Amino acid sequence: MFQSFLSQLITDMNWAALNNPNPEEKEPKSSDFYHLGAIDLPEKPRKIDFWRSGLMGFAKMKQQQQQLQHSVAVKMNSSSNEQVGNNKKGSTFIQEHRALLPKGLILWTIFVGFISRGIYQWMDDSSKVRREEVLVSMCDQRARMLQDQFSVSVNHVHALAILVSTFHYHKNPSAIDQGTFADYTARTAFERPLLSGVAYAEKVVNAEREMFESQHNWVIKTMDTGEPSPVRDEYAPVIFSQDSVSYLESLDMMSGEEDRENILRARETGKAVLTSPFRLLASHHLGVVLTFPVYKASLPKNPTVQERIAATAGYLGGAFDVESLVENLLGQLAGNQAIVVHVYDITNASDPLVMYGNQDEEGDTSLYHESKLDFGDPFRKHKMICRYLQKAPIPLNVLTTVPLFFGICFLVGYILYSAGVHIVKVEDDFHEMQELKVRAEAADVAKSQFLATVSHEIRTPMNGILGMLAMLLDTELSSTQRDYAQTAQICGKALIALINEVLDRAKIEAGKLELESVPFDIRSILDDVLSLFSEESRNKRIELAVFVSDKVPEIVKGDSGRFRQIIINLVGNSVKFTEKGHIFVKVHLAEQAKDGAESNGVVSEDMIVASKPSSYNTLSGYEAADGRNSWDSFKHLVSEEELSLLEFDTSSSNVRLMVSIEDTGIGIPLAAQGRVFMPFMQADSSTSRTYGGTGIGLSISKCLVELMRGQISFVSRPRIGSTFWFTAVFDKCEKCSLKKPTVENLPSSFRGMRAIVVDAKPVRAAVTRYHMKRLGINVDVMTSLRTAVSSVTGRNGSSPLPLGTTKLDMILVEKDSWISTEDIDSEIRQMNSRTNGNVHHKTPKLALFATNITNSEFDRAKSAGFADTVIMKPLRASMIGACLQQVLELRKTRQQHPEGSSPATLKSLLTGKKILVVDDNMVNRRVAAGALKKFGAEVVCAESGQVALGLLQIPHSFDACFMDIQMPQMDGFEATRQIRMMEKEAKEKTKLEWHLPILAMTADVIHATYEECLKSGMDGYVSKPFEEENLYKSVAKSFKANPISDLSCSQS
Amino acid sequence: MDTLVAQLQRQFRDYTISLYHQGFLDDQFTELKKLQDECSPDFVAEVVSLFFEDCEKLIGNMARALDQTGNVDFNLVGSSVHQLKGSSSSVGAKRVKGLCITFKECCDSQNFEGCVRCLQQVDIEYKSLKAKLQDLFNLEQQIVQAGGRIPQVDI
Repeated sequence: MFQSFLSQLITDMNWAALNNPNPEEKEPKSSDFYHLGAIDLPEKPRKIDFWRSGLMGFAKMKQQQQQLQHSVAVKMNSSSNEQVGNNKKGSTFIQEHRALLPKGLILWTIFVGFISRGIYQWMDDSSKVRREEVLVSMCDQRARMLQDQFSVSVNHVHALAILVSTFHYHKNPSAIDQGTFADYTARTAFERPLLSGVAYAEKVVNAEREMFESQHNWVIKTMDTGEPSPVRDEYAPVIFSQDSVSYLESLDMMSGEEDRENILRARETGKAVLTSPFRLLASHHLGVVLTFPVYKASLPKNPTVQERIAATAGYLGGAFDVESLVENLLGQLAGNQAIVVHVYDITNASDPLVMYGNQDEEGDTSLYHESKLDFGDPFRKHKMICRYLQKAPIPLNVLTTVPLFFGICFLVGYILYSAGVHIVKVEDDFHEMQELKVRAEAADVAKSQFLATVSHEIRTPMNGILGMLAMLLDTELSSTQRDYAQTAQICGKALIALINEVLDRAKIEAGKLELESVPFDIRSILDDVLSLFSEESRNKRIELAVFVSDKVPEIVKGDSGRFRQIIINLVGNSVKFTEKGHIFVKVHLAEQAKDGAESNGVVSEDMIVASKPSSYNTLSGYEAADGRNSWDSFKHLVSEEELSLLEFDTSSSNVRLMVSIEDTGIGIPLAAQGRVFMPFMQADSSTSRTYGGTGIGLSISKCLVELMRGQISFVSRPRIGSTFWFTAVFDKCEKCSLKKPTVENLPSSFRGMRAIVVDAKPVRAAVTRYHMKRLGINVDVMTSLRTAVSSVTGRNGSSPLPLGTTKLDMILVEKDSWISTEDIDSEIRQMNSRTNGNVHHKTPKLALFATNITNSEFDRAKSAGFADTVIMKPLRASMIGACLQQVLELRKTRQQHPEGSSPATLKSLLTGKKILVVDDNMVNRRVAAGALKKFGAEVVCAESGQVALGLLQIPHSFDACFMDIQMPQMDGFEATRQIRMMEKEAKEKTKLEWHLPILAMTADVIHATYEECLKSGMDGYVSKPFEEENLYKSVAKSFKANPISDLSCSQS
Repeated sequence: MDTLVAQLQRQFRDYTISLYHQGFLDDQFTELKKLQDECSPDFVAEVVSLFFEDCEKLIGNMARALDQTGNVDFNLVGSSVHQLKGSSSSVGAKRVKGLCITFKECCDSQNFEGCVRCLQQVDIEYKSLKAKLQDLFNLEQQIVQAGGRIPQVDI
């Protein structure tokens, strides 16, 4: 790929293809890009996998991981088509079939519709069956009852027939005449409610007609016309009739066709017979005529038809009102409204005759039931047909169940559908996000590269600045100038550190930050921090002080850079937001704080507010937010130290430090206190306008404190101030000492000296005392200058106490105490002159502490005898030391100035040593040789790695080798590796251990190079061109670390 | 006599300062001067002449490499530039060093025109530096001949 890319480029620019042995170097961007991406991969997809697999349980994690890797790789190398294909496969089943989703929904709906229909059918059928059963039972019941009623009526007619037979024929003379019959039938009419009337017709043969007519005084008439009947074989004239049918009297019943048939049938069967239905004369109801034979004599058992005809005496008939009967019957039954009943005469099956029922009233034609009726006449057949009056209504449960079922199933389908749609959407989003993530990662890589580039670009000039400052510090400077230069140097170093921190911030965010564990001196770190802010605090006229409890070990193991970063952050904030008063940094053991709090009790905020004294026992006298730093508790801390200095608990291997930073600034508004530790949050937007800053400092600090297994918190009261405190756990490091001496090594020339500190404010005095103590000076604190002066001069009868016995070296006066004590100047002068005159006493030197001082005050101080010894705050042990050196003229023994001393040391280190300088560059070689020669070394030069190897064949007499890294043919790393190999072989052969210190010479002193140096077996590196300090450090380290080289030196 | 020495010394001082101010030299040159003592009285001159020889050689190399139209070996040019940069930073030839950095960038980006331009500038620059240093050494010699001491020049 690269080759093609390059050749493309070259042809574009009209250049021939070139031999590029190492194309990756030419394209650092893209190769780095690929590289970083590939390295970052394996961790990140796992995170995504987690929620992804949570979302879709069926997705296989492993597969996806692969796919993710693919997809990222695709971004990196989009020319690989195969991988693009794989990426497509990353979509799940649902996603692949997304087009089927709406179809699926429709199909499902149709399916559910069918099911619902089936259910409806089933329910409807079952209800129909039930309905039919009901109809059947109702119909049968009605038929049965009708039959019963009818037979009851028939029985009555039968009884009447027997009555007539008994009383008309068996009695002689007849006991019945028309009157009796009419009366009797009328009185027993209740028994035959359905018979409109009964009549009795006697059987008269033609031969007997004359006699009969004369007997009854009327002629037999026909039914149709009422005319006298023509001659027939037989007549059946009505002789008895109920009153309701009296019109029938004398009518020949046999004249009607139907009646005649009836009569014949009746007398043949001996049973009641029925006519076909017809409209009754009286009521116009449909009715039938019931005819019953009356026999003269008792018949034999099982009589024949002839016997019956012969025995026939007459016929009893009655009109049966079927309609009324049925009506009546139905009226008695429940549910008669619901059904329609029809009664048919079906003797002639092809032409059924309606006996009851409105033919128009059809009712529900879909469902009917037929019941057979038996009215006792075997010749006639009847049936009853029942129908429901109304069409079957759709039952309520069907109405509710089916739509409900449909609705639920449809909803389920819809839910599944929308879930599918949602999954597809989420999947799409996921893929999109994946893409974005890849892009973001690419951007992140770009950002990191940018940061690396920029920080490198900043470092280069910063190195210049720092170098110049180091040189400046080597020159003769006044104490103030020295302090300024040192501050500038420290600031510069802090800036370099800051650049590293910017790089590390990304690490914090990614959770990749690891704390290092190196021994460091807390006190010097705090001094550094203080010096960073000293200028600003001085300009703002605020007091900045630091106090470290004596119980805090001198050296602890931990991440000094991070610790320092936290403190710089917090102090920086305090300085930013404080206009008056003080900032007080206090470090002690966390256990101490607890004790202190316990003994003091918790000072409630109300109490502080309620008892507002005019001045507070704090560092500057201003009120502080947290009462814990006031003298009341501080005193406890200080005194405790003095009492129990040795009760230090040495059992545990680590130490929990508590650092509190108290300021008297604007405080944090109560509303904003909750989000102080959130990144990019300041109290409000106006704050950032007024004071600047991004607000990320505190959040980083919080992260760091948590990494140090501590906590961070604060107490703040608006307009009064804030106290931030944090705890951090460090390892104890009692036996280890710092590898390199701190730059600000405290001078030891003050040990055993005595001083008086005059300060009315006990907290401040304690701070001063702490710094003096570090210098080894014993301090007495006096609250007023007057008592101090008098104690020195021994006036007022007060014994000069320790002064008389031991020497007093200095009196240090706080400016406030001096200013507030009037008319003291002359006394001071007097004291000065007196003690000056005294040859036996060494003069106690006077010095003034001040945060700021005006010119007039300065003049006054000079005239009062403070000479030029105004020590500007914030106090730092090293600065006090420097100033006091000036005062006490101890300059000859100063130690912290490397000027003169370091080249001397370098000389002592290098004198007589034989050193090989390997560099392909002639000029460089010469310069290096010159520099080393100047320090007394004997220098041999080699212009390449091979030459060096030749010179370094064991045994050789070289004490050290300075090796250029970048050389043609064989670079410094390779040469070193070979040298080390040779040494190893030599060791195996001769049992003599050889180790030549090899120092790399390189122009770029970045960390990676250093690591590479160590990897290839070098002992260190020096920056090119040589810097004294750097050279000294490296040389000292490797020479000390290798006593063998001394041995070889002595051998040679 | 003394006035001559004083004059020469002042001239020397001014000239040195001007060289620093015009950016021909930097602190490394001062360091170099510090290395010169009784044991190696001509140390600076020796190193500087080495440097110029080196320059001449390298510039020749580069010119040859760049002359091959259509077949420029930028690696070769780049390594020469790197050498030159190392040398110039060792002697404190600030301008040459600065040019070398630009030159290296041109080389890395295979900018032919840029390389040629840089090469020309380097050529001019090192020659002018050579002339200036020649002057400076001449002045030194004059001072020594006049019996004076070469003054320490603090920048």
